[in-house]
Amino acid sequence: MAKRVPMTGNDAGAEALKDVNPDVAAVFPITPQTELMHQFSSYVHDGVVDTELILVESEHSAQSACFGAASAGARTVTATSSQGLLLMAEICAITAATRLPVVMPVVNRAISAPVNIGCDHSDSMFLRDAGWIQLYCENSQEVYDTVLQAFRIGEHKEVLLPVMVCLDGFIISHTMEGVELIGSEAARQFVGEYAPAFRLLDTAKPITVGPLHLTDYYFECKRQVVEAMQNARRVIGEVGHEYGRLTGREYGLIEPYRLDDAEVAIVALGSTCGTAKVAADRAREKGIRAGVLKVRSFRPFPGEEIAAALRHVGAAAVLDRSISYGLPGGPLFHEVRSFVQGGIRLVSYVYGLGGRDITPGDLQGVFADLAATLRSSESDGAYRYIGLRE
Amino acid sequence: MSDLLGWKNMPIGGIIFESGSSRRYVTGGWRTYKPVHALERCIHCLRCWILCPDSAVLVEDGRVVGFDYDHCKGCGICARECPPKCHAIEMQLDR
Repeated sequence: MAKRVPMTGNDAGAEALKDVNPDVAAVFPITPQTELMHQFSSYVHDGVVDTELILVESEHSAQSACFGAASAGARTVTATSSQGLLLMAEICAITAATRLPVVMPVVNRAISAPVNIGCDHSDSMFLRDAGWIQLYCENSQEVYDTVLQAFRIGEHKEVLLPVMVCLDGFIISHTMEGVELIGSEAARQFVGEYAPAFRLLDTAKPITVGPLHLTDYYFECKRQVVEAMQNARRVIGEVGHEYGRLTGREYGLIEPYRLDDAEVAIVALGSTCGTAKVAADRAREKGIRAGVLKVRSFRPFPGEEIAAALRHVGAAAVLDRSISYGLPGGPLFHEVRSFVQGGIRLVSYVYGLGGRDITPGDLQGVFADLAATLRSSESDGAYRYIGLRE
Repeated sequence: MSDLLGWKNMPIGGIIFESGSSRRYVTGGWRTYKPVHALERCIHCLRCWILCPDSAVLVEDGRVVGFDYDHCKGCGICARECPPKCHAIEMQLDR
């Protein structure tokens, strides 16, 4: 029976990992992820799970341990943030290209320099082309639900890719809210027994993992990952639908909010979508038909779905909590723009870098700006910042 | 057209599901120098056979009989490790 418990996002991530009882976890602390694996390691200590916990000496080692364990045929997890993700980046690309469905909560945090522990998406965006599925969560409930779904998505035989479950550092990871849990029994039934596609330690069927592929086969391996990502678009929807039947909480690639009759919209990732929903409600009280489009899956990128959801919208702000130097705007904006066609006016807003706060008032301002843009014939700057001092 | 597999037909993840397939992957072409064996000076201590990283030293009945030039990359470890009093392996430019 489902029960509702106060939890931080880190607690919710640890709870989901506990409910799955993975075979191997590689653990290394980094703010703000530390509490997630700290909590999970207490479940290991208490014998609630029988996971093999590997205390490694760096994130590079953490991902390397994951690569080895997953190659051996183990259901494998780790978690990290910021510099830790960048340090393991080299191995992350190898895990994905070797098609090992490791599940990794990424507690989003700014990257140095200057040193900063606040939330932004610069860390996961750094790895957007590493071959990992990236799902962004709005709140602790979504963290719990998405970690459970991540196993099913990544391990699907037509996908076989590792999955990052991205949650905003501190804003989600350290904020307490009610989370409905389905319990270990239902969770284990939902994720099922792990049946790896191959096992390095199966001596009856010897295989080679990580061999040299030069001009003959390397290109084809990359094309296979393209196909796996394409398949993941369907699988994310199927798994989210099945999870919805189980819990009443349905998930997909995107989530529209009050978008059906909206003339202006905010497109965003992560916890800011919750803030934007509040702002949309308030903007509607002031007569602006405002809506929100949450992009849950950034990799694979649901470009067609986003374009269809925004087709009737007059102007949309695409919010990026990361930045691309040398190219105006952020990655989400450019990817949305590459799919959206027609008369819609798209504006890029970069916001919240290094944990700078984003409030409902800020986003009401964005809706008001969009409404003004709709009524003006001239197109003013398409690249803007929120909360930045000149 | 080549007989290499396409992306739809090959195993995923760069995994090789067949054991011993490197036997078919001929790497002798990487070589600049090749080892030449002087049978009359060889004492068959098998140091070259133990140390060859490509298992390219051919041994029959405990005696070195030559090299597998399809797989020898010409690293020269065998010649270097051959006991100096024998000097039974010499590296020569492989034309």
